[in-house]
Amino acid sequence: MRLYRLRSFILGAATAALTTAATGASAVEIEYWQYFFEARVDAMDKLIENFEAANPDITVKMTHFPYDSYRTKVAAAIPAGQGPDVVQLFYGWLNDYVEAELIQPLPNDTFPPEKIEEEFFPMVQAMRMGDSYWALPTAVRSLALFYNERMFDEAGIENPPANLDELVETAKKLTKKDGAGNLTAVGLTTGMTAQDHHWIREVLIRQFGGEPYLDDYKTVNYNNEAGLKAFGFYNDLQAKHGVTKAAFMDEPQAAFKAGRAGMHIDGSFRIGALENVRGLKWSVAELPAGPDGTKSNYSSYWVNAITSKAEGEKFDAAVKFMEYLTSDEAMQIWLETVGELPAKPSAAMTDENVSHPVYGPFIKGLEYAKTTVFANESAQRQAMVDMMQRIELQGQPLEESVSQAAEEEQKILDEYYQK
Amino acid sequence: MRFYNTLSITQKQIVWAWAFLALPVLFYVVIRFYPTANAFVLSFQEWNLLGDRKFVGLENYAKLFGDPVFWKVFKNTFMYLILGTPVSLVLSFIIAYHLDKVRFMHGTIRALYFLPFMTSAVAMAWVWRWFYQPVPIGVFNNFLASFGIGQIEFLSSTTNALPSVLACAVWAGLGFQVIIFMAGLRAIPQSYYEAARIDGVSTWTVLTEITIPLLKPTIVFLVVFSSIGFLRIFDQVFNMTTNNPGGPLNSTKPLVLLIYDTAFNGFNMGYAAAQTVVLFTILLVVSLIQLRLLKDS
Repeated sequence: MRLYRLRSFILGAATAALTTAATGASAVEIEYWQYFFEARVDAMDKLIENFEAANPDITVKMTHFPYDSYRTKVAAAIPAGQGPDVVQLFYGWLNDYVEAELIQPLPNDTFPPEKIEEEFFPMVQAMRMGDSYWALPTAVRSLALFYNERMFDEAGIENPPANLDELVETAKKLTKKDGAGNLTAVGLTTGMTAQDHHWIREVLIRQFGGEPYLDDYKTVNYNNEAGLKAFGFYNDLQAKHGVTKAAFMDEPQAAFKAGRAGMHIDGSFRIGALENVRGLKWSVAELPAGPDGTKSNYSSYWVNAITSKAEGEKFDAAVKFMEYLTSDEAMQIWLETVGELPAKPSAAMTDENVSHPVYGPFIKGLEYAKTTVFANESAQRQAMVDMMQRIELQGQPLEESVSQAAEEEQKILDEYYQK
Repeated sequence: MRFYNTLSITQKQIVWAWAFLALPVLFYVVIRFYPTANAFVLSFQEWNLLGDRKFVGLENYAKLFGDPVFWKVFKNTFMYLILGTPVSLVLSFIIAYHLDKVRFMHGTIRALYFLPFMTSAVAMAWVWRWFYQPVPIGVFNNFLASFGIGQIEFLSSTTNALPSVLACAVWAGLGFQVIIFMAGLRAIPQSYYEAARIDGVSTWTVLTEITIPLLKPTIVFLVVFSSIGFLRIFDQVFNMTTNNPGGPLNSTKPLVLLIYDTAFNGFNMGYAAAQTVVLFTILLVVSLIQLRLLKDS
């Protein structure tokens, strides 16, 4: 028995020595986890390849899961001392991950907060908690106005609307109805269930002089004059101007794709789905400015963070990998492979990117984009969906509906932050 | 081994019976009973899937019973049951009763009725969802519009949405119920019908005095089975209202969808477990009541 143990020890030691010799002085393997989305996995494969070429002593192993089970898997693996060293998460989950001690802060010497604030677009500041940053994005997403060029030509419109008044006027010219007055094409798509709740929160409310939330997004602040004006403007699109119908053709993006919507507000992630649609000629413009010229936009993003599991040399390797993931080079690769926008002006605002006919308007939007800190995005969205439906289906007055929605959303926020 | 040899034959049989039962018992304990028990415990805790579980006593239940959305959802769930079960049973009985008499292309027609049951609920729900859209894409509304009749709001109305979703669910389950009813009809001995014919009894009397009473076991099975199905309705509702799950204004939201939303959008596992316990209780009570009512006295 003892002889056997000794022999296996020698054998093991020899193998270990051999592998070390073969792969360099001290080979470290770190694990990277993300959810499965083909383009994202492809992009990450490229990034890992480049990173390993530059750091021959580090190997990165990527594992991906279907989106549905991603969060559960991460939560189960890390406390058990398994799973990723570097993990991808949605910006809105940061709070939960920090509280559950699944991730650790990025070291201040490599990622000094002042430098990050100088280099990244301002909305990334949501990733700072206390004196350090906990996670950083490679890419971000923003909103822009997609428009159907054929419908614009038919209606004799030359330029996309620059402000909200022009938006209404343009939409009126693009709307088509049949003999019975049924809409057959809308001027502008609307649907609170798509991106419109972001458009209202971070764009319209600000453009009408308000601020959607106070105290770091812990207090709802749209049950006031600015909020009522913003929701009123949105509601009038359908109720007064008749240029749209909520959920026309089931989903706004479907209506736009089918060529039955003149304009459509959506995120940069929609680009891929609209490319190569036969018979559809479309273009992108910046979101229309507000009555006083205020521009705003909403940005969301996925971030990478180092988990609490990474220690010692794995931690050092993870830091190096994070450095590469937040480099200009990585951001450009991500833009070209996934179509998501670079998170730093230095990578995003290159002449080529800004003048790009499709990416350009999205990238310009990043300069003034805001990021909503959600406690529970789907529940908070639901409050807004219900608000508009109470007005449309039950005839509730706007003021009452807005104040009810504000109360509902405040309750969601209070419940989340009290724990 | 020596101990085994001392056992009597009956005892040996028992040992073997348990040996063979061990696998299913183990399976049920690990796959069914353990998670169920865990869910009961979880319903008294607070957990967001990431951190530690914290005991909060009855807080989840108190919150649940004080939540107007829960009561709305509770009502919806029973609407699905109260409308769905009788409608689907009557429809499938009528179809089965007549189909039983049809000789021409009997197999083909039966297969056609069974086809929806084999189709994926997701695909079916999406097709129905498009049927229900307003012009220019909805089949029903385009049909109405071509006759100059005003459009009907199906899924975007708080009153019509639930029956619209239910119609699809009833249609989907019809094939299965028809097949079961037909098997039940075939199992009734022909001699009863012959005796009735000799006595010159009307068709109606044959139906109410012979066919339906003798179908009782089939009806009991189908009532219980379809009630549980409607109380657990999810696929159709979720897929027909994905953009606004259970909407508009929660008018189609069933309990299972509420649980899903609480657990996997809100990550509020304890609260979701409390909702699950309530659903479990409802299913148990409804099934017990039905079995008692429909059992042969």
